[in-house]
Amino acid sequence: MAMTAAIRPVRTQAELGLADVYTKARRGLPGGSDIAAVRTAAFNQFMLAGLPNARVEAWKYTDLRRLMRDAKPLAAAPDAIAKGMARDAGSLLAGLGFRRLVIVDGTFVEELSDLFELEPGLTVRSMAGALALDEPMLSQGLGPMVPADESALALNTALAGDGVVITVLADVVVARPIHLVFVNTGSAPAAMVTRSLVVVGKGAGATIIETHEGRGQADYQVNTALQLVVGDEATVDHIKVTSEDKGAIHIGTLLAHVGARAKFSEWGFTSGGAVVRNQLFVMLSGTGTVANLRGLSLLAERQHGDTTLTVEHAAPDCQSRELFKAVVDDEARAVFQGKITVRQQAQKTDARMMTRALLLSDDAEADGKPELEIFADDVQCGHGATTGNLDDQLKFYLMARGIPEKQAEALLIQAFAAEVVEAIEHEGIRDALMEAIVGWLGQRG
Amino acid sequence: MTPLLEIRGLRAEIAGRKILQGLDLRVDAGEIHAIMGPNGAGKSTLSYVLAGKPGYEITDGEILFKGEDLLAMAPDERAAKGVFLAFQYPLEIPGVATVTFLRTALNAQRRKRGEDELSSPDLLKRVREIARKLGIDPEMLRRPLNVGFSGGEKKRNETLQMALLEPLLCVLDETDSGLDIDALKIVANGVNALRSSERGMIVITHYQRLLDYIVPDVVHVLAAGRIVKTGGKELALELEATGYAQFQSVAA
Repeated sequence: MAMTAAIRPVRTQAELGLADVYTKARRGLPGGSDIAAVRTAAFNQFMLAGLPNARVEAWKYTDLRRLMRDAKPLAAAPDAIAKGMARDAGSLLAGLGFRRLVIVDGTFVEELSDLFELEPGLTVRSMAGALALDEPMLSQGLGPMVPADESALALNTALAGDGVVITVLADVVVARPIHLVFVNTGSAPAAMVTRSLVVVGKGAGATIIETHEGRGQADYQVNTALQLVVGDEATVDHIKVTSEDKGAIHIGTLLAHVGARAKFSEWGFTSGGAVVRNQLFVMLSGTGTVANLRGLSLLAERQHGDTTLTVEHAAPDCQSRELFKAVVDDEARAVFQGKITVRQQAQKTDARMMTRALLLSDDAEADGKPELEIFADDVQCGHGATTGNLDDQLKFYLMARGIPEKQAEALLIQAFAAEVVEAIEHEGIRDALMEAIVGWLGQRG
Repeated sequence: MTPLLEIRGLRAEIAGRKILQGLDLRVDAGEIHAIMGPNGAGKSTLSYVLAGKPGYEITDGEILFKGEDLLAMAPDERAAKGVFLAFQYPLEIPGVATVTFLRTALNAQRRKRGEDELSSPDLLKRVREIARKLGIDPEMLRRPLNVGFSGGEKKRNETLQMALLEPLLCVLDETDSGLDIDALKIVANGVNALRSSERGMIVITHYQRLLDYIVPDVVHVLAAGRIVKTGGKELALELEATGYAQFQSVAA
């Protein structure tokens, strides 16, 4: 074998497929010449690194090179049938009166969305439309937050076709939650690559919920990213529910840039999909901000659920709390990687991270890696990780009162999950998620 | 008449340690039996084996509950049949509200017996009524089960569960431990209110004190895994005076 062959990475079938997808799609992707240049650079970056794999520390437990067998073609714009299939999507939060913005197979569909009587100061547009105007938002403020070798996001930048752009002007509090309904009808294997941007101005407020779900049985692939800009003194709640179909691969990236004296709550719920990776990059760039980040994964069969979190305290006097739990059954695998970085100037930082995994079977696996990286000297930081089984003593106590074994287990699992769910302020969302948890428990044999 | 409970030649061990070594006991409906004995005699093991706690190996003997093989039943089936163990150390279950737990337990038992489930308002009414009699603050029912409850509150909560579930056989494991005299009286009153001709009780205790308030029909001495002496309620007083040393030498 020639020497040069050894240093050139061997392309997997999926990587070759992605190159093919990009080559075919590039001319049709929205955006003028500036955006095209950003896409080209991102694609080159992706090709240099290849699919994220076990040799990249941040992807240590989620080797996409191994898990992603092939590349799917980009999904076609939804036709009438697909739109029909999408009509009852997001039913988890039905009846709560939220403003629904519906994205079908990666395309924002206005006619299915509720764009009536937008609150003054709130604007909603499609990302494709914004890109067509060559707005530089794809690259806005990303620089220091994301590692240069973050190739899943690079792939998103290269291929993103649509999504939504939401802006809330300064001092405008949008009381009605905004529900981004992502639905993948999946009548044929396809890839959905979306990019969204939410900018909440100074002193403004908004609640943004994303739900991601499937409608078919096809093994579709999702690469979705949300960039969230939280202004000074703004209050933003972001909730993401990932409940894709059984065969789906879902790669999600959150890029949150939080200003001073802001309140930012992040909440993630993962229950569906074959391989799910939710990566969160959170930058606390102004003083006096409070950030609460929580997540819950319910995994069964051979599911793989990865939550990887980076919180950067770049300013003094911020408080952050991270609590991530996973319930893992059958042969499923849960991954949590959390890293809190405290920059030298970020004195008086108060950060606490906790991850807990509950294993329900002998073949279930949980990998946890909490990390602290501290450059300031006057801080309060801590982290912890636990992994365990259901407590047999507690189970016996419940059974001794007449509660059958499965129901006793369900009660204990519900109790384990409740701690995370109770942190959600909105009662309707809290109840809906509790119901989703009970539904998941009901499916256990 | 078929006895409520009949234990014959029961031998049980845990992790290879022989605890019960040929225990015989018969309890008829309407009777209260006290089981007294020194620490390590096997009192708690007996209560756990009756309730079906995993980890105990039954090497010989049988337990018949109303003529049925109790050892063949899972703990929840035993409960539905009417066996209730009031735990010496009731467990704390964070995240499960007491009232949710009570509703789940009662309705699971009723379902298993083929009875209709009790509606939430009806259940709440009954629970409140019992709680009032036991001096339990209704606010406590909304709190997670036993979390942050004092020793006395936990024992009252056990008594409340017993009153709600209306078992046929009540096994009280060291119900007096950790109780001051006022709490003891309240719990004993709760237990006495459940005395009936259909119900049998086994009161396990180290001290005679509890038996001043829950007066037994029969007193047994359990030592080294066997019943070594049986008598009337006066036996308890006798033991209070003489201690257990004589039985430990008998057993050895």
